[in-house]
Amino acid sequence: MLCQECQEKEASVHVTKIINNKKQELYFCKECAQATGELKFGSDFSFNNLLTGLLNSKPHSHHQINLSSKQLRCSNCDLSYQEFSHNGRLGCSQCYDYFGDKINKILRRIHSSNRHTGKIPKRIGENVRVKRKINNLKEEMGQAVAKEEFERAAVLRDEIKELEDRLDNRG
Amino acid sequence: MEEKIMNQWMKELGPNSDVVVSSRVRLARNVSDLSFTHHASNEELKQVGSKVEQLLEEDDHFQLELIGIDSLSEFERKMLVEKHLISPEHTQTNKHKAVALSEDETISLMVNEEDHLRVQVLLPGLQIEEAWSVADRLDNHIEDQIDIAFAEEYGYLTACPTNVGTGLRVSIMVHLPALNMVNRVEKLMSAISQLGLAVRGLYGEGTETVGNLYQISNQVTLGHSEEEIRENLLEVTQQIIEQEKNARKLLLQEQEVSVKNKVYRAHGILTHAYSISIEEAMELISNVRLGIDLGIIKRIEPTILNQLMVMIRPATLQLTKGQKLSIEEREIYRAELIKELLD
Ligand SMILES: [Zn+2]
Ligand SMILES: [Zn+2]
Repeated sequence: MLCQECQEKEASVHVTKIINNKKQELYFCKECAQATGELKFGSDFSFNNLLTGLLNSKPHSHHQINLSSKQLRCSNCDLSYQEFSHNGRLGCSQCYDYFGDKINKILRRIHSSNRHTGKIPKRIGENVRVKRKINNLKEEMGQAVAKEEFERAAVLRDEIKELEDRLDNRG
Repeated sequence: MEEKIMNQWMKELGPNSDVVVSSRVRLARNVSDLSFTHHASNEELKQVGSKVEQLLEEDDHFQLELIGIDSLSEFERKMLVEKHLISPEHTQTNKHKAVALSEDETISLMVNEEDHLRVQVLLPGLQIEEAWSVADRLDNHIEDQIDIAFAEEYGYLTACPTNVGTGLRVSIMVHLPALNMVNRVEKLMSAISQLGLAVRGLYGEGTETVGNLYQISNQVTLGHSEEEIRENLLEVTQQIIEQEKNARKLLLQEQEVSVKNKVYRAHGILTHAYSISIEEAMELISNVRLGIDLGIIKRIEPTILNQLMVMIRPATLQLTKGQKLSIEEREIYRAELIKELLD
């Protein structure tokens, strides 16, 4: 099996991580395991170590650095992905978009999730709240159809339509 | 700034205070369209500051007093750290850092910390829900006036990806002398760290802990709702309380003489030492506290020990004395102060 981090060397370190009862299996080569700090996890409770480890981009002599990730930069604040992986801090809220897939992967590793399910700010989050409601109703509608409760499904469909119109009107 | 040594978590005992010293809720928030603190221009940081200033001016509910970090002396800044009102990183005097405090110091709002805004509520004992409800209300008030960086998928956007989502960090400080004496803390801690929670000693940066005090907090902030995060921590806390209490019972049953000996000796040294280091003092205070909770020592108010835990720390100690002290002078004054308070 190849190392998950560099996709280059044979993996020799196997790490099992349990976060929120979800088991995660990680395979690294020795160098990457050291660089990501995975070896320390479990004996050391400090979470920051884990993160800077995850992001640590100290160039390994045996690794080719992916050129596209080297050039990656946030167009809003000009922070490069490289700078981010050095100090573990993003430059602005739009970095989350510009570093797209990479951030997504990191979030899934840290939180075992990439989707916020918590509080939504009242004033600026109104649209988000409506969208979340629409998603929930759609799920309900699917279940209603599956149970052949077509009348209920129709009611839900109208409700969804109404909410979607409201979103369109607001732009 | 008024030199206030005591704040609420030191003066009062909350629920389950025989094991849980304090509960804290922290929310990380950023002003949308401005770069995060470490990457922001001076102008942007100033903007954050003035937005908060305006917010607080128009508020008459929370009544927070805004204090510029650069207006404080070095000791005053360090005392805020020792009282857990600001983080050690927040003592730098550049970068337009500020903190807004409520009268009783249960609420602190850090401005231009790692995130533009860090709301913190600190209450004595096990009061996670109470602390959350205050923080949530202040947060609502903030986002009513200030546009906060928020995205549908990732929730509240923070400078560090470990805080994104809810931006919520809930932590409790627990006192576990009995579990430590029966050598069960390490096992418990490693079990806890597998539940998505982080454990660390009170003041140490590493795993060395002082005075049997541990801080437990959630690590995961994304993918779980605020309620789930709180419930998870609360459940674990209740188990810790039960285990510590069982260990205390066991100790009294099986090692009564040695426990009593330890408690009385600790009290003896604390009330008679001429000079004492902070580590030794914390250790002995922990033993006396255990003695109080086990009913061995009866005439000391347990709140005094909470106060001592902060008062004997270097910056607070020197502020109380009103002058700079050498390490030797500090150890002498520390012993004096402890004697005075325990008498
Ligand atoms: Zn590798
Ligand atoms: Zn950016």
